[in-house]
Amino acid sequence: MNTPATASNPIARLLERIGRSVVVGIEAVGFTCSMFAEAVWWLLVGWRRKQPVRIPAVFAEMMDIGILALPILGVLSATIGMMLAIQGIYQLRQFGAESQVVLGVAFSVVREFAPLITGILVAGRSGSALAARLATMKINQEVDALWVMGIMPVRFLVAPPLLAMVIMLPLLTFFSMVLGLLAAGFYISADLGMSLPAYFDQVREFLSNDDFMHGIGKSLLFAVAIAMIGVANGASVTGGAEGVGRVTTRSVVHAISAIVIIDMLFAFMATR
Amino acid sequence: MMTMTTNETPAIEVHQLVTHYGERMILKGIDMDVRPGEIMVIMGGSGSGKSTLLRHLLALERPTSGNIRLLGQDINACDGQQLYELRKKMGVAFQSGALFSSMTVGENIMLPLYEHTRLDRKTMEIMVRLKLEVVNLAGFEHLMPSELSGGMIKRAAMARAIIMDPKLLFCDEPSAGLDPVVASALDDLILRLRDAMGMSIVVVTHELESVFKIADRVTVLDRGEILFIGSVDELKRSDNERIQNLLHRRAEDESLDTDAYLERLTGEQVILNAGL
Repeated sequence: MNTPATASNPIARLLERIGRSVVVGIEAVGFTCSMFAEAVWWLLVGWRRKQPVRIPAVFAEMMDIGILALPILGVLSATIGMMLAIQGIYQLRQFGAESQVVLGVAFSVVREFAPLITGILVAGRSGSALAARLATMKINQEVDALWVMGIMPVRFLVAPPLLAMVIMLPLLTFFSMVLGLLAAGFYISADLGMSLPAYFDQVREFLSNDDFMHGIGKSLLFAVAIAMIGVANGASVTGGAEGVGRVTTRSVVHAISAIVIIDMLFAFMATR
Repeated sequence: MMTMTTNETPAIEVHQLVTHYGERMILKGIDMDVRPGEIMVIMGGSGSGKSTLLRHLLALERPTSGNIRLLGQDINACDGQQLYELRKKMGVAFQSGALFSSMTVGENIMLPLYEHTRLDRKTMEIMVRLKLEVVNLAGFEHLMPSELSGGMIKRAAMARAIIMDPKLLFCDEPSAGLDPVVASALDDLILRLRDAMGMSIVVVTHELESVFKIADRVTVLDRGEILFIGSVDELKRSDNERIQNLLHRRAEDESLDTDAYLERLTGEQVILNAGL
């Protein structure tokens, strides 16, 4: 698809180039979607065809994506919760309304910051690893080897991480919410002299189930986006070790962009 | 032990195979067959289309036109399930080995059994040890592929290729890049597989020494066309100039570097093949 533009007129050439990249982009989205459909298909009917998605593989991925990410995610979530408390109190103090800080912190952690920071962290940690692994396997002819053994690569390589991601990301997001709120609570209780139980009472009063589901629902979409962007980029690798580096970087950039865009669209749809 | 398919149906039948990459025609009407229980060697320089032909034989790519029958079945007409069944009867040893780097050697070799059979773990482990014995790698099942040497990787890949006792075995450059002793041992192994298990074997190689040693018949590809099909003796007696060049230049000088060799083979026009 990298054929140089052929038109002589510079404007026509620009248009041609834009057109080409649009086609390439749509092709990539289509490829990703069809791979997603295939992975879901294998998850649903694979066991009936005696070609099941292996549960141990899913657990291994869950360990990798979820459990091993807990320490760094905990640190980040706590930091962000505290940061929100600091900024919130500083701003609200100007109106003498610092006791309202709990409302702001609770909403922003649960609805935005926890899903977003979890998504971005996992995209950087696991989405990139997924892309790199798949790309290396493809270049090493390991994907061909799967084909000729009669093992469908999507079932074997795509379905397990997809399922693991969809299970783990909401759980990680929940973990991030709790730690973010807790860290903010520590700061607020110290600064405003509010007791921790009183803080959590307030949080529970302000937050509805809707807010919670808003955050968790978003993380489900992020999970699909991270997994599929990772594997689709990995599968489209060309050109040796350098290509592996390229698709890995690209998968992180694409995944984070997708997360931010999905986040905005979701907020728009869910709040109207 | 494997029983041979009926002697009348060829193991592989290729009819008028044509394939394009974009505008470029890679294979220009290939006709060939592989008889049951024979070793067919496919030779040719870089850009001759031999890697592409192999990818077609493995049903990894669809041709522009023409058809391929594997064990009597037209692979273009196969649906997913039929292809799946067919693939259980095929084994492939890739050039790079293509062992899964996250699994041990034993797990690599066991994978087809684990996916396609319902044997219990003990039985599978015994079968793995048996195949490792066959390729002379007994006791290596707990190592990771990264801990193996080049020759050992190729032998492990061979063990994985034969774990399901296939009727059809494909070997891509089995002895390329190996020292002569190991290369010759691999050739012996291929001969043994044919004699003991009655496999039909397709070997893609340009190592003349192993061609002379193992081939029942040879197919020489040149620029996407078949230059020659026949026995090794016929190949040696051929008066085609390009074949003579291929045979003698190589025999005169064993220490040729690859680039010069390729250039001479293809007459300056080294086309880098996508399936490298």
